[in-house]
Amino acid sequence: MNAALETRALCKRFGALTVAEKINFRLEPGARHALIGPNGAGKTTFVNLLTGRLAPSSGQVLLAGVDITRLDAARRVKRGLGRTFQINTLFRNMSVLDNVALGVAERIGVAGGFWRPAARHAEVRDEAMALLASVGIADEAAREVNGLPYGKQRLVEIAIALGLKPKVLLLDEPAAGVPSLESERILEALAQLPTEMAILIIEHDMDLVFRFAARITVLVQGEVLCEGTPAEIGADPRVREVYLGERHV
Amino acid sequence: MQALLSSLVSVAFHGVAYGMILYVISVGLSVTMGLMGFTNLAHGAFAMAGGYVLTTCLSRFNIPFPLALALSFILVAAVSVVFERLLYSRLYGASELEQVLFTIGLIFMSVAAARMAFGTLQSPVLLPDYLKGQISLFGRDFPVYRVFLIVFSGGIIATLWFGVERTLWGAMVRAAVDNRQMAQSIGINTKRLFTITFAVGSGLAGLGGALGADIVAIQPTYPFEQLVYFLIVVSVGGLGSLRGPFIAALLIGITDTACKYWVPEAGAFFIYAATIGILLWRPAGLFGKRT
Amino acid sequence: MKHPVGYSAKPGLRATEYLPWVVALAAFFVLPDYLALGARILTYILFALSLDLIVGYAGIVTLGHAAFFGSGAYIAGVLSAKLGVNDPMLQLAAAGAGAGLLGLATGAVILRTRALAQLMLTLAIAALCLEVANKANSITGGADGLSGVTIAPILGLFKFDLYGKTAYLWCLASLLIGWWLVRRLVYSPFGASLTGIRDNSVRMQAIGAPVYLRLLLVYTFSALLAGVAGALLTQANQFVGLNVLGFEPSGELLVMLILGGVGRMYGAFVGPIVYLIAQDYLAKQFPEYWYFGIGLMLVLVVLFARGGLLGIVDAALARLRRKA
Repeated sequence: MNAALETRALCKRFGALTVAEKINFRLEPGARHALIGPNGAGKTTFVNLLTGRLAPSSGQVLLAGVDITRLDAARRVKRGLGRTFQINTLFRNMSVLDNVALGVAERIGVAGGFWRPAARHAEVRDEAMALLASVGIADEAAREVNGLPYGKQRLVEIAIALGLKPKVLLLDEPAAGVPSLESERILEALAQLPTEMAILIIEHDMDLVFRFAARITVLVQGEVLCEGTPAEIGADPRVREVYLGERHV
Repeated sequence: MQALLSSLVSVAFHGVAYGMILYVISVGLSVTMGLMGFTNLAHGAFAMAGGYVLTTCLSRFNIPFPLALALSFILVAAVSVVFERLLYSRLYGASELEQVLFTIGLIFMSVAAARMAFGTLQSPVLLPDYLKGQISLFGRDFPVYRVFLIVFSGGIIATLWFGVERTLWGAMVRAAVDNRQMAQSIGINTKRLFTITFAVGSGLAGLGGALGADIVAIQPTYPFEQLVYFLIVVSVGGLGSLRGPFIAALLIGITDTACKYWVPEAGAFFIYAATIGILLWRPAGLFGKRT
Repeated sequence: MKHPVGYSAKPGLRATEYLPWVVALAAFFVLPDYLALGARILTYILFALSLDLIVGYAGIVTLGHAAFFGSGAYIAGVLSAKLGVNDPMLQLAAAGAGAGLLGLATGAVILRTRALAQLMLTLAIAALCLEVANKANSITGGADGLSGVTIAPILGLFKFDLYGKTAYLWCLASLLIGWWLVRRLVYSPFGASLTGIRDNSVRMQAIGAPVYLRLLLVYTFSALLAGVAGALLTQANQFVGLNVLGFEPSGELLVMLILGGVGRMYGAFVGPIVYLIAQDYLAKQFPEYWYFGIGLMLVLVVLFARGGLLGIVDAALARLRRKA
């Protein structure tokens, strides 16, 4: 049975600096998988390799068994790979609704139309509103993203990714920088994600990781240290060693 | 064969002279664009200003040539400090469009001011006698002024390169060009660095404009007409680099002279076509930072 | 008054949107001596609309848009003066097609670059076109320009008269069609995606949008419109000169656009109207002060009034609304 997302011997070098070393990784369909590791371990680099923002030095990336190593980021999205960004990457001068609607329109295939007014595409708007409601910010639909508090912006980030109806969703530190009162909302949103969707979450917040993930991969200095269930990882002495001195918010 | 060799030498000589002038003028633009990330299209206005300082000093005030040259550097550098502190610094974080529009506005103003002050015709350069005429080198006659130009520019360039490679100021510039935030976080006063660098770059432009008045005539439309060449030197050479624009400027100087000599009907066509080709092949310039 | 495009925008025509056309028609009847200037303004509005699509909506900074304007102008001129093709509709079609093709070819190339390289390429391409037009003087008339341009009656019925009446109405009709096309585009999903590209092109890629392709399409369409605008100018003047090419008209157009307000359709109307009328009045009397004043205005607008004239109007209206 094909993995939802898989890498084989994935490597990335910048000159003499190796940021990813022979990473073999499998994400199963319906997975709730977390990627953890100390700062500078190469987690975001790995996500960029998966999504196509970075080209690997060698190795392969496969989506549902199909080799997508040569495809650019936009084409990988079309094939069902979605992501959120560690730092909010939103359309700051547009409304919350438009932020989500743009993604929905791309998925449905109406985004390239240049005749009919966008506002007449009720199906896009309705779906966008439903997505906003599912993460609990439907009342902010008309507001410009710039004016939203950080935590709600994070939710917009998630809503956009959901609008793509991805088969695989990569969440890059979804709770990063969010005050703990608001991160509960994010957790709820994550809990409601469809069970068929394979989800990889990168996080520093160990609470969130252990509540959310069924499998955990530990990445250290660009290499996979170990992988297993939360219990296994929690008990592994090597992991403790790596995290000694690490502080969690 | 003799004639071909002769014209080759001539083209090379004049091309190098032109190229060195282009470099002296444009190097400031390369450094400030690389350092401050500011698209300053009005750089040519500083060159023009230096040219006018020279021509006015020589014809109106009878100031000796060396002093006039020095003044073209000093005055333009001083004025540029005022501009930088009052105007340019407000737009350091602004979008490219805003910087482009702002500097286009400055070009318009400088062109109009030049027309009002000096009329629309070219300002003649009254060279001192010891720089006129021909000099015999290696069995050929070369214009004295152009020889002087090459030697003097060479001296300026050597001083500049020494300054950037060996002095503390140069080290700070190189650090800040490489990584501005890092430079700030290790305590480099970037505001003052910008001002000083901008002044040096603009002063050099003024000096280059003055020196090169013999090759590129000083007239009010100077900033418009020469803008393309300065930008080509910087973009082909590579932003923020010193060596790159030098090579680019020499290439342009020689190619332009060669084309004007052998295929005048084509005009500047080859320069533009070559620029387009090079930028498509190496968008960061020949020696620019490759991302 | 700046109305957002996108999925929640109201695409219907607002009452104020009839205003420009009413004014234009009124000018036809009330100011018959100024129709030549009027036609010029109309062509520049179309030119400005085409530039706003790229600069204002797609966010690409170009210094060479006059390359398309000039190409269209010369295509129309050469068709008539050298090849005897005098039908105005054919001329517009050819100019649009030619400029559009040039836009497609150059866009394919420059849209792969960013920042300085992109800016430089737009400038180099425009300089190249000017150089070609200058040197190929057997075709283009070189520095003397191309005269001998005749325009056949539109649809065989409406002759181009000496008072510029037909020219004015012809330009107005063409502008109407061009404006309508631009408006549809801006309010469409394609237009919304352009705004997204300008706002955050990384995000657009991350939602699967073919960014390069969209930009190429809008660039080509914009070049086409600019070419039609150039041809209209040739038809109105029955002459083409080198001043339709190069950095100066591109720069001037940017000034007009920023004056009116970038990224909003009616900025492209207000800017050229104010600029060209002021130029007609002031530039003849005090040419140097005019030029200086334009530069100063540009500097001040960038420093203090980035939304242009319409931005100032917006701010004033907002303040009035707050007081009410």
